[in-house]
Amino acid sequence: MPLRLLKFALRGTDAEPRFFPPEQPLADQYDIVIIGGGGHGLACAYYLAREHGVKRVAVLEQGYLGGGNTGRNTTIVRSNYLTPEGVQFYDQSLKLFQDLSEDLDLNLFYSTRGHFTLAHSDSALRTMRWRAEVNKHFGIDSELVDRQRIAKAVPEMDLDCGGDQPVLGALWHAPGAVARHDAVAWGYGRGAWQRGVEIHQKTRVTGIRVEGERVRGVQTNRGEIACDKLISMVAGFTPRITEMVGLQTPIEIFPLQACVTEPVKPFLNSIIVSGSLHVYVSQSSRGELVMGASVDPSVLHSTRSSFGFVEELADKLLDLFPLTGRLRVMRQWAGMSDMTPDFAPIMGTTPITGFYLDAGWGTWGFKATPISGKTMAWTAVNDQNHELIKPFRLSRFTDFDLVGERGAASVGH
Amino acid sequence: MKLIPLPDLGPHPVTEFDYGGEQSRPPLVADDATWAAHVFNRTGAPGVLREWWYHRPTGGWYLFERDTAQDRFLRSIPVQDICYELPTDTSAV
Ligand SMILES: Cc1cc2nc3c(=O)[nH]c(=O)nc-3n(C[C@H](O)[C@H](O)[C@H](O)COP(=O)(O)OP(=O)(O)OC[C@H]3O[C@@H](n4cnc5c(N)ncnc54)[C@H](O)[C@@H]3O)c2cc1C
Repeated sequence: MPLRLLKFALRGTDAEPRFFPPEQPLADQYDIVIIGGGGHGLACAYYLAREHGVKRVAVLEQGYLGGGNTGRNTTIVRSNYLTPEGVQFYDQSLKLFQDLSEDLDLNLFYSTRGHFTLAHSDSALRTMRWRAEVNKHFGIDSELVDRQRIAKAVPEMDLDCGGDQPVLGALWHAPGAVARHDAVAWGYGRGAWQRGVEIHQKTRVTGIRVEGERVRGVQTNRGEIACDKLISMVAGFTPRITEMVGLQTPIEIFPLQACVTEPVKPFLNSIIVSGSLHVYVSQSSRGELVMGASVDPSVLHSTRSSFGFVEELADKLLDLFPLTGRLRVMRQWAGMSDMTPDFAPIMGTTPITGFYLDAGWGTWGFKATPISGKTMAWTAVNDQNHELIKPFRLSRFTDFDLVGERGAASVGH
Repeated sequence: MKLIPLPDLGPHPVTEFDYGGEQSRPPLVADDATWAAHVFNRTGAPGVLREWWYHRPTGGWYLFERDTAQDRFLRSIPVQDICYELPTDTSAV
């Protein structure tokens, strides 16, 4: 809207309504408290207010909104997973994403690009055929394609990868998309706030009050709050929170790094993932190549990024796209991924009454933001796990009932 | 490049190693729940962890204490220190 732009240029933006309210005092008590103001926490608050009419909800964020993994991720949205549980869950999220810009009245730059997962070996092809069959069974647009199809869609790619590990085929997922990560957090945050949710930034939870296996409240750097329901949605900080209530989980924190190049003319429409080369790449709407790999090899609670990461990634990217040889890397960063042994999330009720967990989002949780917000809101209100998230319950690790998603989630996030 | 201080061979680049994860002793006699906890649960919070590292060039497994917030290797633990006897009476297992 050019007229509005002109108005801003002449009068400035001071008179515009703020996106978020200024800092307010904390109340003594809320019905539901959410720890973590990332996409998941804000989406959950939004659905609690919009769909369940919960009046007194507070989101507590130790830093700024979306400053955790939400604002660090490479924003791939897809549903071509491996397990029936995963496929059905992520498909619901993708459907919510498709209407989300209108729903939140904010342009999320949701852009359907199509998603290639390259196979460089027979065993990779086999997994992809398996995935395609599971996907089709649930009505997901997903198929195995040959070299010609890839060459036609991505002419700039060297399918022989310099001769080392030639591409044999790929899993093609037409609905694969990217979106603007910050906007997802902001849109949900604004929508929640407009419906009465309190959002408190720079508010860190330092302790949790549990009496007789029931949640009674939280301690923060700004004082104590009473609540009977507490939802932890803190991704890479999850073990610190579960330690506060003495809950054991399989979650371990591994850094996941990413980087972007300088912007260039659009040449890459689809999202490209190569499990064998440990690299994935897409081109942002600004023209930058957004790239990443799998997690760092050992546990670390830190968001430092390393030269070794960029060096290794560049080496592999050159095999795929020789034309990127003269591009410069502009920024690199890392997030702390909360990894689970089966590469599936941990969601729902816990042995502590009133304490709900939304975690184990590892390297794959951005795409789940809408559906986890929605199902976790339902779960907290009804104090029982929503149908869609039952397979992801924490107790699956006591029942030896895992959801093996590794084959679809270790490099392609 | 990050270096890992091997007790017998001095510092070596981290890229020569495979990460073996947190060291823990399996419960020798246990019910299903205890076994499940041993198999899956981990010390997730930051702190000092005892971890296995495999050095590919020499084929040796090493045990280190490492600060997982700072990524600092604090000391190496002789493997003998964590050895334990296997039960001889296997009927109880
Ligand atoms: C480099 C990278 C690339 C990725 N790429 C993809 C991708 O392409 N597609 C995809 O689907 N997923 C991807 N992911 C994963 C995805 O980013 C996360 O799973 C997702 O963003 C998790 O969202 P969240 O809201 O749960 O957590 P976060 O956004 O991390 O939010 C948690 C918040 O909790 C706050 N918090 C923590 N402790 C406390 C406390 N004690 N008190 C108060 N607040 C606290 C933190 O400050 C943080 O803001 C990627 C991740 C990384 C790091």
